[in-house]
Amino acid sequence: MAITRRDLLHKMTTGGAAVAAGGAVSTVALAGIAHAEEEGKLPPQAVGMLYDATRCIGCKTCVVACTQANGLTPDTRRDPLHQAPADLNNRTKTIIKLYKPVDGKEEFSYVKQQCMHCIDPACAAACMFGGLKKDVKTGIVSWNGKLCVGCRYCEIACPYNVPKFRWEGFNPEIVKCEFCKDRLAKGLEPACTAVCPKKAVIFGPRQQLLDEAKRRIADNPGKYYQERVFGEHEAGGTQVLYLSHVPFDKIGLPTLGDESIPHKYLKWQKRLYSYLIVPVGLYAALVGTIRKNWKSHEEHMQHEEKTTGLRAQL
Amino acid sequence: MSEAKQQLTIAEHLEASGVSRRNFVQLCGMLMVSAPVGLALTKGNSVTKMAEMIGKTKRPSVIWLHFQDCTGCTETLLRTSTPDAASLILDVISLDYHETLMAASGAQAEAALQHAVEENAGKFVLVVEGSIPLKDDGAYLELGGKRGVNVLREVASKAAAVISIGSCASWGGVPSSDPNPTGAVGTDSVITDKPVVNLPGCPPNPYNLLAVVLEYVTMGKLPALDEYGRPKFAYDRVIHENCPRRAHFDAGRFAASFGDEGHRKGWCLYKLGCKGPVTHAACATRHFNETPGVWPIGIGAPCVGCTEKGVVWKLATFETVPIHQVTPPDNYPPVYASNGAFKVGAATLVGAVAGAVAGAAVMGSKRLPEPAAAAASGSEAPKSGSKTPLGD
Repeated sequence: MAITRRDLLHKMTTGGAAVAAGGAVSTVALAGIAHAEEEGKLPPQAVGMLYDATRCIGCKTCVVACTQANGLTPDTRRDPLHQAPADLNNRTKTIIKLYKPVDGKEEFSYVKQQCMHCIDPACAAACMFGGLKKDVKTGIVSWNGKLCVGCRYCEIACPYNVPKFRWEGFNPEIVKCEFCKDRLAKGLEPACTAVCPKKAVIFGPRQQLLDEAKRRIADNPGKYYQERVFGEHEAGGTQVLYLSHVPFDKIGLPTLGDESIPHKYLKWQKRLYSYLIVPVGLYAALVGTIRKNWKSHEEHMQHEEKTTGLRAQL
Repeated sequence: MSEAKQQLTIAEHLEASGVSRRNFVQLCGMLMVSAPVGLALTKGNSVTKMAEMIGKTKRPSVIWLHFQDCTGCTETLLRTSTPDAASLILDVISLDYHETLMAASGAQAEAALQHAVEENAGKFVLVVEGSIPLKDDGAYLELGGKRGVNVLREVASKAAAVISIGSCASWGGVPSSDPNPTGAVGTDSVITDKPVVNLPGCPPNPYNLLAVVLEYVTMGKLPALDEYGRPKFAYDRVIHENCPRRAHFDAGRFAASFGDEGHRKGWCLYKLGCKGPVTHAACATRHFNETPGVWPIGIGAPCVGCTEKGVVWKLATFETVPIHQVTPPDNYPPVYASNGAFKVGAATLVGAVAGAVAGAAVMGSKRLPEPAAAAASGSEAPKSGSKTPLGD
């Protein structure tokens, strides 16, 4: 959905009316308007990645390749000599983390974190002007700086904690993995999958990757956690798929239902905001409370005046 | 240097000199190790194939000129781990004129140079050692009554290719450091009409010279050069990339002073001023004197960056340099940070909205009794509740 200047002004006008009626949350209602047209369906040529935690050796070559391919400045804010971010941030689109329990258990696992490219992305649903958008063909969720107002709703909406805001500078900027779309346009694969020495992360059409993941599970009974692929159904499905030998929640993949997040919450939001029921109700309750209090206050004053003979200063 | 000797191929000459094939193949192996990529000579070849190719070639004539130098580059060629290796190198190339290595002196020496140049005109490889003084018309260096710069121009005009060995010949080196009293420059500032290969280093590895000479005579072309005229096969990477102490750098283990615990344990020398991260050279992978570990970083001395014009004799020895290609360390962040930044953010947002609503309610009804205020903010609760799920 391309947003024109006309659309933008239109939305801002509706937004203004909603603000007058309902208060600060009206922009979220707007997000619902933007989302209504794009219900989560897997795009026909959906690309994806498959990360197999059992193959990853934690070499971080992908992190370096990502930094170079995307022209990012290596994040040296925690350690001036090394690129050592603690988490995804405005200079880090992918990161390798380590799960290692301290209770003496032998198991451990590396995990590569990056944008999951959800089939029905919560970030795009939360974005009021369509600054984050899912490509209708490839399904890549990408950010458009011309439409971003820097509200950071996408950061809050994402269940995987992926989009990151750049705090330095005046113009808002959201940084997240976009599957190296510039490299894809040149016929190359994303930098991280191109350099992975163990092919722990691979790139391709999502369906092929899903088949490959299921083949690995079938070939290695008992190797993979719950014998399932994370991302096949989670929150409506993602285009980045994970295989792991340790529980998914240990490597930072949250337990989510099968229903997509925009679907889950927008259906409630639509009910709450249909005919502005909630804003009107809240406003009525507020007016009622004030009137009631005002009445008792006046009675009190009249009582005071009677007993003291002085006119109360109201 | 007779006419007959010149016509021999390298293999024939080695055989005549009594050098075993085994020794020659070993030398080729060394060459293969020192220049595995970037040369047409070594690319995709086996050692024996390479030995065969080199063996069929006519011995290259090499003329070696000294200018403002310390003869260290000559020493590096001669001080191989065994005398055999040095003599082998001298058997492979035909070093027809070299001031340090010849018995002649005076007019006899000058005549030898003249003879060597005339005999091999247009075919010989000229190796230049030392910088050339240009100030006051080159008055600071004279050879046999001729100014150094004129000698260089004269000999180079008949050379097939020019190789600058060492930092002095590459850009001026030590003699050119401030205030540069003699106006010392490198060979490529004087010779501009011929390809000049720079092999900076103080001293450079002699195998780099051997590789360039053999590449030129065997394959008929000079190796690919970088922007400073240095062959890429030897100068394309910084020392830091292949440093044997790199693991200590990545793990954050640094020697803090000479002789401290870290220094004795062989930790990274970066904080002692090692210039490895900005110095393009192959010292970490190509051993000097054919002996592993015999180089500054190997013996615990920080690299001074002798192949870099902007580093050596420009930066202080113990000054640290910036890391241009920053890479990850040898550790990992945990999957979950100790404080969930996201949850704190969400709580702050919910708190801010609830606070604003409660504040508005209080302001809207001044002197509101306590229970009523509680009821007002209570009635707002579903509103903020409806917002949070998006954030969960």
